[in-house]
Amino acid sequence: MEMYAVFQMVWWLLLGVLLIGLAVMVGMDMGVGTILRYVGRTDLERRVALNIIGPHWEGNQVWFVLGGGAVFAAFPLIYATAFSGFYVVMLLLLWSMILRPLGFEYRGKLASARWRGMWDWALLVSGLVPMVIFGAAFGNLFLGAPFHFSWNLTSTYTGSFLALLNPFAILCGLLSASLSVFMGAVTLMNGAEGVIHARSRRLARLSALLAIVLFAGGGWWVHGMDGYVLAQSPGAGVAQTPLQQAVTLTGGAWLANFHAHMLLWLLPALGFVGMVVGLLAAGARRSHVAWWFGVLAWIGVIATAGAALFPFLLPSSSVPAQSLTVWNSTSSELTLTWMLGFTVVFVPLIVWYTSWAFYVMRGKVKAEQVETSEHSY
Amino acid sequence: MHDITVVDLSRWQFAATALYHFLFVPLTLGLSVMLAAMETVYVTTGKPIYREMTQFWGKLFLINFALGVATGLTMEFQFGTNWSFYSSFVGDIFGAPLAIEGLMAFFLEATFVGMMVFGWDRLKRGQHLAVTYMVALGSNLSALWILIANSFMQNPEGAHFNPLTMRMELASFSELIFSPDAQAKFVHTSIAGYVTGAIFVAGISAWYMLKRRHVELARRSFRMAVLFGVLSTAGVITLGDALGFVGGQAQPTKLAAMEGLWKSESAPMPFNLVAFPSQEQQVNRAQVQVPYALSLLVTHSLDGTVPGLDQLEQQAVARIRNGIPAVEALRTLSSKPGDSAALAQFRAHEKDLGYGFLVQRYAEDVGTATDAQISQAARDTIPQVSSIFWSFRLMVAMGLAMLAFFVLAVIFSLRNDIQHQRWFLKIAVWTIPLPFLACEFGWLVAELGRQPWTVYGILPTWMSASTHSVGYMIFSLAGFVGLYTLFIIAEMYLMLRAIRQGPPPDDADPVFDGRTDGGRLAGYAEG
Repeated sequence: MEMYAVFQMVWWLLLGVLLIGLAVMVGMDMGVGTILRYVGRTDLERRVALNIIGPHWEGNQVWFVLGGGAVFAAFPLIYATAFSGFYVVMLLLLWSMILRPLGFEYRGKLASARWRGMWDWALLVSGLVPMVIFGAAFGNLFLGAPFHFSWNLTSTYTGSFLALLNPFAILCGLLSASLSVFMGAVTLMNGAEGVIHARSRRLARLSALLAIVLFAGGGWWVHGMDGYVLAQSPGAGVAQTPLQQAVTLTGGAWLANFHAHMLLWLLPALGFVGMVVGLLAAGARRSHVAWWFGVLAWIGVIATAGAALFPFLLPSSSVPAQSLTVWNSTSSELTLTWMLGFTVVFVPLIVWYTSWAFYVMRGKVKAEQVETSEHSY
Repeated sequence: MHDITVVDLSRWQFAATALYHFLFVPLTLGLSVMLAAMETVYVTTGKPIYREMTQFWGKLFLINFALGVATGLTMEFQFGTNWSFYSSFVGDIFGAPLAIEGLMAFFLEATFVGMMVFGWDRLKRGQHLAVTYMVALGSNLSALWILIANSFMQNPEGAHFNPLTMRMELASFSELIFSPDAQAKFVHTSIAGYVTGAIFVAGISAWYMLKRRHVELARRSFRMAVLFGVLSTAGVITLGDALGFVGGQAQPTKLAAMEGLWKSESAPMPFNLVAFPSQEQQVNRAQVQVPYALSLLVTHSLDGTVPGLDQLEQQAVARIRNGIPAVEALRTLSSKPGDSAALAQFRAHEKDLGYGFLVQRYAEDVGTATDAQISQAARDTIPQVSSIFWSFRLMVAMGLAMLAFFVLAVIFSLRNDIQHQRWFLKIAVWTIPLPFLACEFGWLVAELGRQPWTVYGILPTWMSASTHSVGYMIFSLAGFVGLYTLFIIAEMYLMLRAIRQGPPPDDADPVFDGRTDGGRLAGYAEG
């Protein structure tokens, strides 16, 4: 096998790792934002909830930024085509995400109830909207997006914004939002006591249950859906453009990889195990165990989607032959090599100091501390 | 085909969001370094006043940092959303420094900023100091990588075109990161951030001294700021000169526009101190010149010359003609990747491919381009002279004014009579906007001077933009303007409020016992 093909595969796997990192780390903070108004009925309760993730949300958010940068570096054609094609959705994502840093930093600066109430809504929007969009984007990958290329690879998107909000995409969006609420709720269980803990536990169980139903429903839906098949292409590890392929659509083809490699069924199984054990652990007030099984659920869900789509990354519904795959949208071998080098050095370092930061800030956040200390969010 | 209105609106949106983002970035860079310096003094001397200083300026740092982070999100994705062809055409090179910036800098900065705020009572003194250092290191590394990326747009090094993938690809990573333009630009820009931080601290401290509030904290902050500022300003000017020297060779049209140099002249060339350039007539309507100075400034010798825009436009005509066969060959290669005749033709004309793209704006089939269309495309290679000329002069004038300010400030501060120089303290307050404006003008010189290219000499701006509709662009531009206006109002209100409140009174300052006790929550006082 060509070395270039190996690097392409490695980067496809790393893209998965990155998306999982994003879903877990950003997702849990967004989950907290989404449920903030429910778990906290008073301003003090909400401040407790915010201060649980206060020291970490900023570092966690970098997973999102890195997501943009790494897709740009390793899959430039995906970065260019997807983000410009899904323009209005990207704007909604960015505009809602921009509210978040301000929601954290500015909310507590003024005592006015109206000011704080406004930022509570902003945190809800900036938690819920991005997670729904994140899932819905994945859903649309299965359906394909209407784009095509000119001779020099200028991409044109011919679909409407509303077409992206189709039922299957909404189902995926709700799945992603449920998992994020689950992770947010168990994070609050980790850091809070009393009513916040109790309300979070209720939401954790509810969202895990919802996620199980949605994941199963999504699987059933994909089973009957038309899938894309790469009938002809220059192949892996060959420098190429998306103008040199033949692609067909076949009913149920998204499950072809699972039929060919039975071991892949372990991935959806992992997702279900994560959700079910997470549900039970949250019920048993074992929130740390529930958190880790929530991670497992994310891994299972994202890996299942990736395995089903492979080698496609972004199929074109209007000109299927110009679909983007792992083989035609990665960077050059030299770029992939350098980026792998940086990833291998820096990701363990990031994991190490992030863990240190969580270790330093371990323990429960108490309402009295938030109230007496003038230092909190 | 690209709608030029959409390209223009995309440029407006990028400029608006980048200039806005760049209001917060220099202050983050400068204040993070100053916080590290203040905390170092605190840890080495143990004087609580320096802890108070670190915490007070840290509070202002965070109000600014939040908006820097928020608006940075837009920048990370805007290449994809609005500059789609640019992103796929040079993403193989340009994406790498952006991703490395995330890996190496953003994680460091963002993870440790949380520890800096919440870690005061959980960390030992030395640990907290290390955390603050990491924040400063992270923000400076982020400047390094984004400026390496930007330098590729100004002076594309370490890349070549691959006809098999129809894009630019990385040829040498070391040439990319060690490009002289990148190095000079990084130092010039990050130190400009230090100047911004220094003026900010000095100006606000001066206000406290005028109001006779927090005098001890203000006096010490002022002294640190102006010592840091005088060195930094000298550095910015020196590196700005180096950048002009390096950049002038790589981007002759930018240099000629900065100097209002329409006609090539023989050495020693005079410097246009003041001029009113006319883009249509290609002359300066009025000008005040300093003899010999341009040769000295840009070539560092009396007998050096730089080409004028007339000569550069003629060169562009020749390069466009040479680039046309490259574009035609590429079109053949797109449908027939193995065509050896087309490949040979492409290789022969490859170096002027970008110039071929320039004329494609006027003739989709470049082979049919008329002489008039070629002249028009060559005329496009001249950027907007008067905007660049004046942005450059305003930036330099502000830089020199700040240098003079800092020199006086250092003298007054070291003579310990700064509190009595009330006229000077008033000037110091009014100096606060200067570095922000100078940074914005610097961005304008760099990026307007790069036009009509997104990647100088390689990729024209007109074909870099995404193919959106005008309606989408108006929607997004209006959204950004609306949101960002609300944000700056909130930010300025909170910043001014925090400044008016000042640091907490001395008796509220907790005694440091050198141990890691205290509550789960300890950050900056939120007042």
